[in-house]
Amino acid sequence: MTARATPYLVCLLGILWREALRFVYQRGRFIAALVRPLVWLFIFAIGFRSILGVSIVPPYETYITYETYIIPGLVAMIQLFNGMQSSLTLVYDREMGSMRVLLTSPMPRWFLLLCKLMAGTFVSLIQVYLFLVIAELTIIDLPLAGLVLLFPVLVVTGLMLGALGMLLSSTIRQLENFAGIMNFVIFPMFFLSSALYPLWKVRESSNLLYWICVANPFSHAVESIRFTLYLKPDPIALAVVCGSLVLFFALAVLGYDPKKGLVRRRVAD
Amino acid sequence: MTDLGPIKVSGLSYSYGRKVALEDVSIAVRPGRFTALLGANGAGKTTLVSLLCGLLASQRGTIEILGFDAARNLRAALRETGVVFQQQTLDLDLTVQQNMTYFAALRGLSGGRATERIQACVSRMGLDGREGEKVRRLNGGHRRRLEIARALLHQPSFLILDEPTVGLDVEARAALVDHVHALCRQEGVALLWATHLVDEVWLDDDLIVLDAGRVRAAGPVSEVLAAQGCPDVLSAFRKIAGMSGTNASVEAEA
Repeated sequence: MTARATPYLVCLLGILWREALRFVYQRGRFIAALVRPLVWLFIFAIGFRSILGVSIVPPYETYITYETYIIPGLVAMIQLFNGMQSSLTLVYDREMGSMRVLLTSPMPRWFLLLCKLMAGTFVSLIQVYLFLVIAELTIIDLPLAGLVLLFPVLVVTGLMLGALGMLLSSTIRQLENFAGIMNFVIFPMFFLSSALYPLWKVRESSNLLYWICVANPFSHAVESIRFTLYLKPDPIALAVVCGSLVLFFALAVLGYDPKKGLVRRRVAD
Repeated sequence: MTDLGPIKVSGLSYSYGRKVALEDVSIAVRPGRFTALLGANGAGKTTLVSLLCGLLASQRGTIEILGFDAARNLRAALRETGVVFQQQTLDLDLTVQQNMTYFAALRGLSGGRATERIQACVSRMGLDGREGEKVRRLNGGHRRRLEIARALLHQPSFLILDEPTVGLDVEARAALVDHVHALCRQEGVALLWATHLVDEVWLDDDLIVLDAGRVRAAGPVSEVLAAQGCPDVLSAFRKIAGMSGTNASVEAEA
């Protein structure tokens, strides 16, 4: 490793370490993040099993139970909520002032934001794999090779949803405004996607809703996870996720640029 | 005051929309000197601090920190700058050592070098033996000391403190002011201390009076007092603010 690269690595490891410490100290946050998808899996999915049958659609090669269908959606939901939680943390950090410590580091700002993004994704990976282990041990059979292959895909989907959260955090003035994110971002993104129902079923009901679901990057995150989990990676869905990641992160970096960004007044408040 | 100091601000202006926060501000901060930036609340001190440390981008004018133009080479300027913000920025759930280690990492410091600097700075600010304590358990004065220790970690040549005594009791405030004056002399660091409390300004300091976004007076305190024909900083400030028509007020806490 070159001497030039070392401070960057030190900085990245420092931010990852701090996020890990925060994660350890905030056990409630971790439990809440885990309980949410488990409630969906053990109550909602099992309750709807008999009503919502899922026919044979790729990547599945046979009829599946509803809880099998929604596993990828719940995995993406963990990452979506984690991304928004990170965004909340960024707003909190800005209000509490610790964001200033980060932004006055001599490292490039885009790099600092990328480190924050990676730290948030790292936390989401722990949550996702713990959820998958619980699901595997209780009601679902998941292919082991799929779980391994899923790792890089989860990194990309986690970064994409984290970048979206970061972009949103650059536009939120106060912590209190975060409730709006729940109503106008998280819920629409989750429900207007293939997380809970296949899109061909949505199309049967409404063509407009179908196209909204198709345009939703969260749908592509769900499908990337679904297809990879069953060892049939979907390159188009992955490309959309990667493209969204680049777009959201670039806008987030602009948002945090004091020359162009939306946060320029807030940091000096 | 000389305009050849290592930290030079020339013709700096900044507005929030239509509200002018700073107007044609030119100042210099000299090494080894405690420079008090005195102004009432809303005078523009925090805006000036935010511009100096790159949280805001200047709209007009220049900022030069040890030869680095902050607009063109902010990262090089930040390498030479340590900042203590008005609002406390420590992670309360982490220990003293963990807060310092995190900050060291943000500056690219690690291993033995980081440990050595952390120990030196913690010791310098009188926090020996408290490395393992959670910051939440420290009192306000010690938290401020920790923030200063953190700002010194990378051995900056320029240290900015924005109203660092806010929220401290009289005793802790006096101790901190004493400590920072000594630090400035011993370390030879150029220090800018933004405050609205006149008793934090000593007679052998440099003084910048900021009022309604403009510099109304600047120079060694003795010269400012002589120019205004006043016996103390409070009366000089009142006279200056009165002349400018703003009648801004600062406090003289005992």
